[in-house]
Amino acid sequence: MRRTKNSITARGFQMLALLFWFTVAAAAQPATRATNTNIFAPESTPAKSIVNLSIFVLVITGIIFVVVGTLLVYVIVKFRGKATDTGREPAQVYGSNQIELAWTVIPVLIVVVLFLATARVIHAIQDAPKPASAFEVTVIGHQFWWEFRYPKLGIVTANELHIPVSDPAHPTPTFLKLLSADTDHSFWVPQLGGKTDLVPNRVNEMWMDPHRTGVFLGQCAQYCGVQHAKMLLRVSVDTPEDFDAWVRAQQKAPTDDAAVTAGRRVFEATACINCHSISGTAANGRFGPDLTHLMSRRTIASGAAENTPENLRLWIRTPDAIKPGSLMPAMNLNEQDVDALVRYLETLQ
Amino acid sequence: MASDAIAIPSLPVVSDRPWVQTLHDWLTTVDHKRLGILYVLYGLFFLVIGGIEAIIMRIQLIRPHNDFVSPQVFNRMFTMHGTTMIFFMVMPMVFGFANYLVPLMIGARDMAFPRLNAFSFWLTALGGLLLYFSFWGGSGLYGAGNAPDVGWWAYAPLAARAFSPGHSSDYWTISLLVSGFGSIGTAINIIATVLCMRCPGMKLNRMPLLAWLNLIMSGMVLFAITPLSAAQLMLLVDRYLGGHFFDTQAGGSAVLWMHFFWIFGHPEVYVLVIPAFAFMSEIIPVFSRKPIFGYPVMVAATVCIGFVSMSVWAHHMFTVGMNSYANSFFAITTMAVGIPTGIKIFNWIGTMWGGRIQFKTPMLFSIGFLFQFLVAGLTGIIQSSAPVDWQLSLSYFVVAHFHYVIVGAIVFAIFAAFYYWYPKVTGRMLSEKLGKWHFWLFVIGFHLTFDTMHIPGLLGMPRRIYTYEPGRGWDTLNFIVSIGGIIQAIAVLVFVANMIISYWKGQEAGNDPWDAWTLEWSVSSPPPAYNFATIPVVESRRPLWDLKHPEDPDSRYE
Repeated sequence: MRRTKNSITARGFQMLALLFWFTVAAAAQPATRATNTNIFAPESTPAKSIVNLSIFVLVITGIIFVVVGTLLVYVIVKFRGKATDTGREPAQVYGSNQIELAWTVIPVLIVVVLFLATARVIHAIQDAPKPASAFEVTVIGHQFWWEFRYPKLGIVTANELHIPVSDPAHPTPTFLKLLSADTDHSFWVPQLGGKTDLVPNRVNEMWMDPHRTGVFLGQCAQYCGVQHAKMLLRVSVDTPEDFDAWVRAQQKAPTDDAAVTAGRRVFEATACINCHSISGTAANGRFGPDLTHLMSRRTIASGAAENTPENLRLWIRTPDAIKPGSLMPAMNLNEQDVDALVRYLETLQ
Repeated sequence: MASDAIAIPSLPVVSDRPWVQTLHDWLTTVDHKRLGILYVLYGLFFLVIGGIEAIIMRIQLIRPHNDFVSPQVFNRMFTMHGTTMIFFMVMPMVFGFANYLVPLMIGARDMAFPRLNAFSFWLTALGGLLLYFSFWGGSGLYGAGNAPDVGWWAYAPLAARAFSPGHSSDYWTISLLVSGFGSIGTAINIIATVLCMRCPGMKLNRMPLLAWLNLIMSGMVLFAITPLSAAQLMLLVDRYLGGHFFDTQAGGSAVLWMHFFWIFGHPEVYVLVIPAFAFMSEIIPVFSRKPIFGYPVMVAATVCIGFVSMSVWAHHMFTVGMNSYANSFFAITTMAVGIPTGIKIFNWIGTMWGGRIQFKTPMLFSIGFLFQFLVAGLTGIIQSSAPVDWQLSLSYFVVAHFHYVIVGAIVFAIFAAFYYWYPKVTGRMLSEKLGKWHFWLFVIGFHLTFDTMHIPGLLGMPRRIYTYEPGRGWDTLNFIVSIGGIIQAIAVLVFVANMIISYWKGQEAGNDPWDAWTLEWSVSSPPPAYNFATIPVVESRRPLWDLKHPEDPDSRYE
């Protein structure tokens, strides 16, 4: 009776080990599928060297797991108590210095190898010299949105970062200077690199050299307050031509359309201007995103909603409907004013 | 041989009504066994509370854009869940077992300072009550928030007055300060007990490993809790006396708080896991029917973990922009802590090698511990590689990793300890049948939840988000994680039912149901007041083995 019970238990553990491997295999699967935030689908040099190091570390730890796990299963199955061994105790063994030495030295060697591989990648990423062709952007984290400033181009935008693609033969990496206006945040676009925190009173730096164009998704990774979850991030990697066109569009002054003067008057006469900027108007607040070229962005509320007239309306009337707890207040405007305001915002190309 | 026998004084009678008398006895007790039981029951209570908070979070995350709870409530839930499980579940639990077992195992009649012991428990109890009182009292003047919602690290400047008005963060601060004093008191008590109260013949190198490991754990508590308490005081100065330690708007440093918190936080992990090692080092030998393999190496490895773990804290900060030298330093110290930890796993396997393993419920949980601790250690090594951690840090991979440590290793070890020592404490066995149900349900739920949870981290899902965007490959995975969480909750209910039913209906245990070798099994179950009418004298690490096998005692080989 006891014997059957024990072997059922042993079989249970074998099943468990199988289940674990199944899960690990399932984990490897999505790596080949195109999801937008998979760390195993790198598109820039730092992200690629991290993936290479990850695979190296995964293989070593995987081997350790297989060896020790097999040993453990073997011991459990081989030395399980049997019904036949009534009463007698097994040989009492107290230890062995030779064996202890062996299983101390081997891990030490593994650690040395892992450390050397790690130190090499740390140095390659963190101490990479900034080439003269490097492109610079200042990223400022706010509760709960991203401010992007291009000091050399005189551009200020929000939530959707535009950078040029970097040809591996003639790299034009982008160096980000990371600052925070309030609490800690963390800049994380998994396909383009590891994350770096934005810490108030501190200047951090990271770089990326995306090898292909496209939109890369990410989001704030360091808990920063109520709406940490909807502090989303989009990086648009453009061809040099598209990027230049984008820069020219951003540098243009907004057109002053007489048809929307009513909406502009609403904007300038309410507290909107305390937090937002629109160049060429009285609005020069920096607490919220710069709206000068609002309609050039695909999303509003830091990626929480598509940039459509309906969503703009909803966002102005009840921000909590899109992003509960965001710092944008509901302005309590009447229908007429909201209509006028949305029409005005739609002209900010 | 035998030293002084004692007469047991009876407890003072304060009332004729039995329940008043019982309540009085328990509230005023300075008995290490009763305080141990109080600690453990207190920890169990918070296991259920923290579990409910976890289930609320998992229901919210079961599908994208769910609105089961608001972001404000979700943020309070993860803050309270983390704080509760670390400070008011695992800490009291391991202190409770240490309190109950250390004097019994070293042949002492009580802890060195019984009244300090009671004081420490009640401080810890007050801390937990303060934390939960914040649900009612936390709003304060500004009406903002109730329970703390700044995360269990309470990073500056989020916990500063500017971002956390009201009193919720104050409850968090003061609660940890108060219970921290309790922890320091208990740690001093355990150190004094182990160093001064051992019975004749019990030299340091004859102590059961449980006593050794709790001694090391207590030493670490003194070094780890102190900077935490200092930081809490500084935070209070910032919040109420206009200090600027962590006030970034006045030139304070957010990174300084991180250093203070993690120089507590990482040794704390080992404060929690070393008692789990202690349980394993007692249970695995008994159910393998062999002495622990490499006793001196086990002690040395634990001391080594104690020292090295003091120098690894900034691996929690690989993403805050330390320079490449600092990152390299904390990468290698973190990898190095894996060496003594690996040695311990090998020694447990060495203990089982050549034994006759009995798959009783305590041993099942111990085997679960070994597998899961192996995986937890290896995912730890993966993250010690700083560049890899730049991707994995602050993601669900980390959440899966540390739950593998805390649930997969520590909670499994605590369950093993419950099944192993419950007969000693109550005089009755826990049901093996319910125990197996508990074990298999918990194993299945655990692996569904925490194996799966690694993957969304690899797919870019950050932690501490109350909701997530659909279409990123996270949806199904989160659903599985939530289902596993519910299965674990059911398993815990089975366990609680087992504890309650077995208390009245369980099989009588007798003094020594497991045929074990340490001193606690030489006295009746439950042990008498003051444990030993006659102080025992020991000649080896396994005094009961010597008694049972006079023809071949351990003392001949040590």
